[in-house]
Amino acid sequence: MHKNNEIKHELLKVCQTQKLAVLCTHNQEGPYGSLVAFAVTKNLREILFATLRTTRKYANMTKDKRVALLVDNRSNKTADFRRAMAATAIGQIREIPKRKNSRHLKLYLEKHPHLKEFIEAPTCVLLCITVDKYYIVNRFQEVVELHLKK
Amino acid sequence: MIYQLKQVNESNKMLVGGKAYALAKLANHSIKIPKSICLGVSAYKRFVRDTELVGCIQMEFHRKDISQMRWEEMWDASLRIQNMFQTTNWPAELRDEIINAVEPGFGTQPVVIRSSAPGEDTNKTSFAGLHESYVNIRGIKSILEHIKLVWASLWSDAALMYRRELGLEVETSQMAVLIQELITGESSGIVFSQSPVDASQAVIESVYGLNQALVDGSIEPDRWNLDRKSGAILSCQAAVKTKMMIPGKHGLDMVILPSAKIEKPCLEAKQVQQIFQLSQKLESLFQEPQDVEWTIRQDMPYTLQSRPITIKTDDPRNWYMSLRRSFEDLQNLKSDIQDKLIPQMIREGEMMTNMDITQLSNKELQREIERRKEVYKKWQDIYWDKFIPFAHGVRLFGQFYNQAIKPEDPYEFLELLANTPMLSTRRNDMLEQLAQRLRESPALIDNLRHHPERLDENFKQQLQDFLDGYGNQAWGLADTPEFHDNLINLLLEMAAAPPKTKKTVTKTIASLERQYLSFFPKDKQDYASEILKLARVSYQLRDDDNIYLGRIENGVITALQEFLHRTKKQSESQRDFMNYEEMLASLKKIKESSLRGLTTYISDPAFVVKARQLTGQPTSGGLATGRARVISEPQQLFEIKSGEILVCDSIDPNMTFVIPIVTAIVERRGGMLIHGAIIAREYGIPCVTGIPEATSLIKTGFDLTVDGFTGIVTIHTE
Repeated sequence: MHKNNEIKHELLKVCQTQKLAVLCTHNQEGPYGSLVAFAVTKNLREILFATLRTTRKYANMTKDKRVALLVDNRSNKTADFRRAMAATAIGQIREIPKRKNSRHLKLYLEKHPHLKEFIEAPTCVLLCITVDKYYIVNRFQEVVELHLKK
Repeated sequence: MIYQLKQVNESNKMLVGGKAYALAKLANHSIKIPKSICLGVSAYKRFVRDTELVGCIQMEFHRKDISQMRWEEMWDASLRIQNMFQTTNWPAELRDEIINAVEPGFGTQPVVIRSSAPGEDTNKTSFAGLHESYVNIRGIKSILEHIKLVWASLWSDAALMYRRELGLEVETSQMAVLIQELITGESSGIVFSQSPVDASQAVIESVYGLNQALVDGSIEPDRWNLDRKSGAILSCQAAVKTKMMIPGKHGLDMVILPSAKIEKPCLEAKQVQQIFQLSQKLESLFQEPQDVEWTIRQDMPYTLQSRPITIKTDDPRNWYMSLRRSFEDLQNLKSDIQDKLIPQMIREGEMMTNMDITQLSNKELQREIERRKEVYKKWQDIYWDKFIPFAHGVRLFGQFYNQAIKPEDPYEFLELLANTPMLSTRRNDMLEQLAQRLRESPALIDNLRHHPERLDENFKQQLQDFLDGYGNQAWGLADTPEFHDNLINLLLEMAAAPPKTKKTVTKTIASLERQYLSFFPKDKQDYASEILKLARVSYQLRDDDNIYLGRIENGVITALQEFLHRTKKQSESQRDFMNYEEMLASLKKIKESSLRGLTTYISDPAFVVKARQLTGQPTSGGLATGRARVISEPQQLFEIKSGEILVCDSIDPNMTFVIPIVTAIVERRGGMLIHGAIIAREYGIPCVTGIPEATSLIKTGFDLTVDGFTGIVTIHTE
């Protein structure tokens, strides 16, 4: 089993290199999954993504702030079963004001500069998941939990 | 990354592009060319990689399947990409490397910045004019700006159109740039070592000064045809010469030709031979006929570029390429259209409206129908030949504005064109006045609904004035028996909602104009002002000309309807009746087919496909939710209820009288400068254009949210 720091380091690496992740929300009809462009803070405590107010996921999140986000580094090859890492972040969502030069917006646009026009649209919101814990899967079935102290 | 031409050879041909390779070959064979260096393709790659521009181009390039884009949308996409290059800062390291290589060789001397795309100028397909060159650029700051502009032209609208032939891909496409000293020759021109129309001849064209005016068609050249074997001049056509292009303090200036040169050919016989010999030498060097740009300074001919001659095909894209007109050409077109064609069109339309065709005998009516058909055909041809190319005046201005001002928003230039008085907005203002009278008086509404005989004279007169002035601008519906009732219903719908005020402009047009002109040095302000005036006329006429053409078309429809109505039961006119009925149907079909929804999305009964989000081009900001009203035939326009969202194939100015009651527009046709987008911005309502399946995936009654900021239309099916 990895040591704590190694796990955090590996997780951060995956989160920083991957551009897209699967966001999980739900409504009264059931679960709902969406692909989102995300960015993570260095301390792994906050995950940012943007969406439009008109989307289903936004409607779901306004009703229940609890979300999950799956990040992984698979390459769609058999080797992924042993080599790929997947992490599911569990946390609560909140809206972040899109102030110019705010650290959140800067972090997000540094990773996704091509989304500048999208995020600047008045109908687009910047959202932040305050992460409680990560479930990290390595080598097919090796699972650890990373709890973030408050 | 940076090559002196002597370093260029076969092995690095793809790194420097076709133009630089050809010039290097000339230099190696002691043919005089301007002093040049080449910025290889790796500089482009570094720029788009280090600035992350590659991701932004990806986002734009894949916004929509390009095969489904109209040329107007390609122009828009290209404008946005161009703007990205202009507003992206240089990575310091790359900028310093270029400065260190360019400054010592050129200092502040004027240069030409040319594109040199790999694969360009090496095969038989014509890619001439797809990428940009900039002449008379001075100083390193300006050189750096124009290098970015040349790179951006890799994504020009024309390049997008020829993307398959070019193999245009975001990940792999690249562009080298040539930086050359500017040679200001006394005469310049082009030479075809072999005439494209007669293989036994060569052709030389020449103008005084720089040859940019020849290449963009602003100045007619003197022309010589020569026998390829002997070099003998077979014919010489002298042009009427009045102007020449020369380097100005900033950019290029078109100046009046000195009187001594007006009657004198641009080349002496000796120089004609010099150019001819040059072309034959280049042909033998490249082993195929050449199309050469040259200039002569103090009797020394310089080769500016040499490429294989390409043969024009019947490719429909040639028509689009012909739309790119120079400022000079558009100015001439402006006078022609404004002073001659539009007044003539109005007169012909009015003559039709004022003629009482009910007084004509059947024979006279038939003659009148034939005459109107001819008139309509004539104006349709003029519309395609003159009016559509003139609409490019707005685009020319947009490019000029963006290059000079580098705004964050590539469509900022439209603010200077807003509130240009157009016939369609004047018509809508008049409708709004009528609606306002209804809002102010419930009694008037009641009379209109139930007691038309009690309507006050003033209102009746106002209504009649509207019908007289604009009745025939209702998409050919004015002569239908229901039109009057439909118009009343439209007014009642308008009156039921608060008045829709047109978008308020935060700054006055005058202050915007002053701000715009202040960006230019004194000697360029006149030109900046002229090009703005041109754009305003172009903006206005692209709306108005449709309305005037609509009047003439309506004249044909009215006459046909009169004939069909009269001869319905007369057996002797059966043949004509059938012909005219067919003609009327075809005229109406043109309108209806342009509105018809596309094929259904999926036909497999095992699946049900429901569209949830559709993406198009955001063309007018705002967010609106409402009920969809899909218009697939003209009569349905009057079914629109206040607060609904208009969904249609394309809007023409004859339809826009319903815009005051709708809350948003969704259009299948795409573009920032199409009529729907223009009127939506005038009224400040959201508009999304260019959704290919809009009219088939959206049904009347669907609840929609239109996001005019992002171009996303959400269908709420729950």
